[in-house]
Amino acid sequence: MTVTTILAASIGSQILIPVIILGIMGLAFGIILAVAAKFFNVQIDPRVEEITAILPGANCGGCGKAGCSGYADAVVHDGAPVNLCAPGGAEVAAHIARIMGTEAGAIEKKVAVFHCSSGGYKNTNWKYTYKGIESCKSAASIAGGPNACFWGCIGYNDCLKACMFGAISLDENGMRVVDWDKCTACGACVKACPRKLIELVPQNRAVHIKCSSLAKGPDAKAVCGTGNPCIGCGICARKCPVQAITVSNNLARIDYDKCINCGLCATACPTKAILDLLAGSRKKAEIDPEACIGCAICAKACPVEAISGELKQAHSIDKEKCVGCGICVEKCPKKAIKMQD
Amino acid sequence: MGFFGQLFVMAVSAIFIQNFVLAKFLGLCPYLGVSKKLDSAFGMGMAVIFVMTVASAFTFLIDKYLLVANGLEYLRTLAFILTIAALVQFVEMVIQKNAPALYKSLGVYLPLITTNCAVLGVAILNVTPLPDGSTYNFLWATLNGFLSGVGFTFVLLAMAGIRERLELVDMPKSMRGFASGLILAGTMALAFYGFMGLKI
Repeated sequence: MTVTTILAASIGSQILIPVIILGIMGLAFGIILAVAAKFFNVQIDPRVEEITAILPGANCGGCGKAGCSGYADAVVHDGAPVNLCAPGGAEVAAHIARIMGTEAGAIEKKVAVFHCSSGGYKNTNWKYTYKGIESCKSAASIAGGPNACFWGCIGYNDCLKACMFGAISLDENGMRVVDWDKCTACGACVKACPRKLIELVPQNRAVHIKCSSLAKGPDAKAVCGTGNPCIGCGICARKCPVQAITVSNNLARIDYDKCINCGLCATACPTKAILDLLAGSRKKAEIDPEACIGCAICAKACPVEAISGELKQAHSIDKEKCVGCGICVEKCPKKAIKMQD
Repeated sequence: MGFFGQLFVMAVSAIFIQNFVLAKFLGLCPYLGVSKKLDSAFGMGMAVIFVMTVASAFTFLIDKYLLVANGLEYLRTLAFILTIAALVQFVEMVIQKNAPALYKSLGVYLPLITTNCAVLGVAILNVTPLPDGSTYNFLWATLNGFLSGVGFTFVLLAMAGIRERLELVDMPKSMRGFASGLILAGTMALAFYGFMGLKI
């Protein structure tokens, strides 16, 4: 037999039939899929894909949706706000707003804030020695946790482990420090903390209550590792010029929507449970005597009674008393008050 | 043995004795990859059950009327992959159009298992003669696909449950994640090895 006859024979029986059959199968499936693609075509809003492409793709779930594509879908179909993506920030919000044809609205960068001053190597009171799994969740479930305060930080760093952006680190005392530049307010640490000590707070807020204890005053003081618990005395709530602080269950809480960063509560707190990040660096108000008409509106508005002066005379501000809250600047009808270093 | 007796034998065999993952070592990729969370393991399991059942039915017909009829049994692997891939694509389109809720729960996993070896495995085993020389008919091939899928889902959920608990364990760093997952898979396979002695 020559090569050509072998070839012809094999082509005839062994190769041709399988090739034809598989070819037909492939062709048939191809046609069916092509027809099906037309027939079962689902109109997907192109904006969903555009938004998905813009989002960071971290799938962190900070927006409350299952992932980035879930959020994109919610924006287009369920009218979800365009500024929910914390890792993406203002830039992504603006992009999404452009796609959706709406305004982005102000996106307030939030950061994680711990409402406890304890939990370090030296500033924690222990009830017993815990030698189990190094996890707050696990430790908290044994006899109410190893630390004396039932509400306080246990210090096994579940929050640090949960942070996928590396924003939480330990300082030399074993306290957790949040890097505000890295924090994206995804909320992973908030979920991870079994004591619910972490809150997402707008970054420009400077005054925080560093306690979550619901214990009565003396009890809270007895167990607190730093000796700075909130005892629920309510002095801060009375001092607050904007009624941003409420006390319930022996614990003061700041309503960050109302807080004006004046820091009055921190100076008034008898147990130093309130942290004021701006303490000592606030500007003081100053009245321009030329522009002041002596209406005394500022004097009435001042929460610390630092402004004095006769009616219809230029007023002056006592710099010692002024806490730099800036209320008078807003109230002055003649814009005669400025904040000065 | 009546219909239900046979069904019971097949169920026990497919889920415990001849489990796809732990006895036949097929479908290990999703078994290790999608077993970190119970939720996603459940979704994956449902998708596998669905695809295995439909694929069993279709490949059985393709085999009987196209391949065996033309003496092309050796092309099974190729023809089955082609069939399963096209079928999964088609089914995905249909449920996306007609059952958006189902699509949302299965949709992510469907493309992942298009060419999964467990799916191809069940299709090929369905048309392979049994030890006694007989072969399945259409109904039993489909049922075998369904029950094998159930067996796969069963061990996938068991694995996911164990791994969720292992997350809390204080393990040496080098053993975390995949390393402990593989050891766990081996241990589970050993445990399932005990079912091999089951005579039904």
